[in-house]
Amino acid sequence: MLKRRNSLFSMMVAAGLSLAMIGSAGAADKVVKVATQSPLSGDQSVVGVDIKRGAELALEQLGAPLAAMGFKVELAPFDDQANPDAGVANAKRIVSDPAVLAVVGHYNSGVQIPSSEVYHTSGLVNVSPANTNPKVTTRGYLEVNRIVGRDDVQGVVGADFAAAKGVKTAFVVHDKSAYGQGIAEFFKKRAEENKIKVLGFEGTEEKANFDALLSPIVAGNPDLIYFGGMAFQAAVLFKQARERGYEGMFLSDDGFDSPDAAKIGGKTLIAGAGTYYSTVSGPASVYPGTAKFITDFKAKYNADPQPFAAQGYDSMGISLKAIEMAAAANKNEVPTREAVAKAVRALKAYKGITGTYTFNDIGDPEKALYFVIQVKSADPAAWASNPIVQTLEIAPPK
Amino acid sequence: MKQFLRYLNVKELVRPIGQMLAFSLGSAAVMSAIILILALVLDKTAVGTALVNKLNVSLFSYTLSNLPQVVIDGLTIGFVYAAIALGYTMVYGVLQFINFAHSEIFAVGAFVGVEVLIFLQTLGVLSGASVFMAYAYLSLAILLAMLAAGGLAVTVEKIAYRPLRNAPRLVPLTAAIGVSFLLQDLIRLVEGLTTGQFNRIIPTFGNFDDRITGKLTLGATKLFIGISVKSIIVIVAAVLMLIALNYLVNATKVGKAIRAVSQDMRTASLMGINVNRIISITFLVGGLLGGAAGLLYALKFTRIDPFIGFFPGIKAFTAAVLGGIGNMTGALLGGIILGLLETFAGSYLGVFTMGAAGSEYKDIFAFSILILVLIFRPQGLMGKNVGQKA
Repeated sequence: MLKRRNSLFSMMVAAGLSLAMIGSAGAADKVVKVATQSPLSGDQSVVGVDIKRGAELALEQLGAPLAAMGFKVELAPFDDQANPDAGVANAKRIVSDPAVLAVVGHYNSGVQIPSSEVYHTSGLVNVSPANTNPKVTTRGYLEVNRIVGRDDVQGVVGADFAAAKGVKTAFVVHDKSAYGQGIAEFFKKRAEENKIKVLGFEGTEEKANFDALLSPIVAGNPDLIYFGGMAFQAAVLFKQARERGYEGMFLSDDGFDSPDAAKIGGKTLIAGAGTYYSTVSGPASVYPGTAKFITDFKAKYNADPQPFAAQGYDSMGISLKAIEMAAAANKNEVPTREAVAKAVRALKAYKGITGTYTFNDIGDPEKALYFVIQVKSADPAAWASNPIVQTLEIAPPK
Repeated sequence: MKQFLRYLNVKELVRPIGQMLAFSLGSAAVMSAIILILALVLDKTAVGTALVNKLNVSLFSYTLSNLPQVVIDGLTIGFVYAAIALGYTMVYGVLQFINFAHSEIFAVGAFVGVEVLIFLQTLGVLSGASVFMAYAYLSLAILLAMLAAGGLAVTVEKIAYRPLRNAPRLVPLTAAIGVSFLLQDLIRLVEGLTTGQFNRIIPTFGNFDDRITGKLTLGATKLFIGISVKSIIVIVAAVLMLIALNYLVNATKVGKAIRAVSQDMRTASLMGINVNRIISITFLVGGLLGGAAGLLYALKFTRIDPFIGFFPGIKAFTAAVLGGIGNMTGALLGGIILGLLETFAGSYLGVFTMGAAGSEYKDIFAFSILILVLIFRPQGLMGKNVGQKA
């Protein structure tokens, strides 16, 4: 009798009449969810969509152990629109769904920082594939982890690279976001230590008309224009600077790492002293473990993986592994969120495709890779083949 | 030909050119003088020494050497503002309400034009186009952008404003704000459904990105002037449109009817003027101008998104108010002044405040000036202080 009622319940689930709660009570499968948050629409969707796809692919390929334990793991993708308000609103929806045990997410530090406050209050673990602002982890939350480097190191990498290139004067521009302004400040500090004269430090939310900003920049004719922020602004600024006859060098950060930069800037990025950017994520092909990932990704989505797609894959992998460990410790029952968060920190030398990860006590990876990449082609399709001019492995600052 | 010339009102062709020249040169000269005097005064103070430390150049020669470039940039954006401002001011002239949806008419123009160019690019005709063909394609895109924007403006008037013609003035204003949001999201929807992304980048073709440079020696200081071909296109196109508009309003029968309707709608209809038709024409003309301005804006600044209309729209509206809303010459003057003010502030604020307030404060500065002007001349620079209309 009981069995019949169970199957009746399952049918209701199948009919879509009930959601995860009843499903886990009645059906054999214990449903757990992993949410992703990244910009799926708007300026930064090129990268954001592939973070989601990377996570999706990981769930398909690495979900077997959990399935064997009787879990049904679902992906719950959310669009944070690269907007803090949207991110926080999504975060509230995510934490209110008890089936969600981990969040892979955020492309923008400015979105991750307020959203993770919500995860923190409900003990939900967040593995970030891309957020580089120091504050992401320095708040010391148990729930927040990242698998990439930090801006206080990335800015330094940029400034050291500029000094090595013989840059004597620089003008620093940023987008006033937590991420862009943060990295620009670290760049400026280190540049001054490197005896580079910083002619100006300006924030701007302008997206189109940089004429007024460029007058003082071009008048000072610095060796380098540094932009802390995202490609869709930086590339427009760089293009207009070239059009005004500026011949020096452009340097930006991992926010610049998007084929849109080539689409907007085109040949102007290659002219003059060229364009470089520092990043915490090389093109997927530089990591030794990604060959299979790239083929699988192309087969599934019929496109090359964008920057941070492989990191999306690894973040999902880490989340799944942690859920698996926590579930095993909980007699194969659905673990608590706290147990999952602790399991992420307890992972030792997780072998992902972009590296081997062990988190320190605030959630930074013990060693992170930093790259400086030169833009060599005006063709957006060739973005992933831009050459790496420098690779560094640096531990996070204490 | 002779017959044709007899009907052509040459005075109305020459007058706007004179006005534009006078306004551009006049306001540029006034602002240049102010900034140069400021530079002279501050040269020997902390502001001057800070600049010498940084760039090894005196404040005065820095100001002077940047001046021509700043004026050119300011005029370019100023003419764009003027072209949009005319759309606001003409509608205000006939209906006494602010058509806040005009900024989205501008955005639609930008999107239609850019999509046409992207389509031409996918056909493969853009990349290898000769200079002549490049201009032909650009003209085609501008034309289609104008038609789309003009058609949309007329439709919006028919659907959203005409039923509210006799409602209190606040009602169509609210409707206009609603239409504005509606259109923004409509662009997002349509672009998202058809192309998958709603931020579009204008294709690079022709010689529009080239730059004409010159050098001027003035005593010890050398002045470098540069203007990109696309800035020239923006200015020339805007000037042509403004001349055409001026001719339409001041020298044709339709224009006479528009002026009559704006003076007194009821009496005009008693005189046999089809008021509805004239209002539609007004919206059409405003939309045509706005659509062309949209594509010119996209050409100059490369990247567009569905919210692109907001800031130029707000600024053009401001320009219309500054010049005296309802007054077409005023909109032209207001646009030029606002464009110059903003560019002057953006370019010099950082240096004159020793880096404390950079170009990000340009709008605050420009709008403070606007408030000051309106305190002393609430009717705007060229507006007439008329009593409440019947």
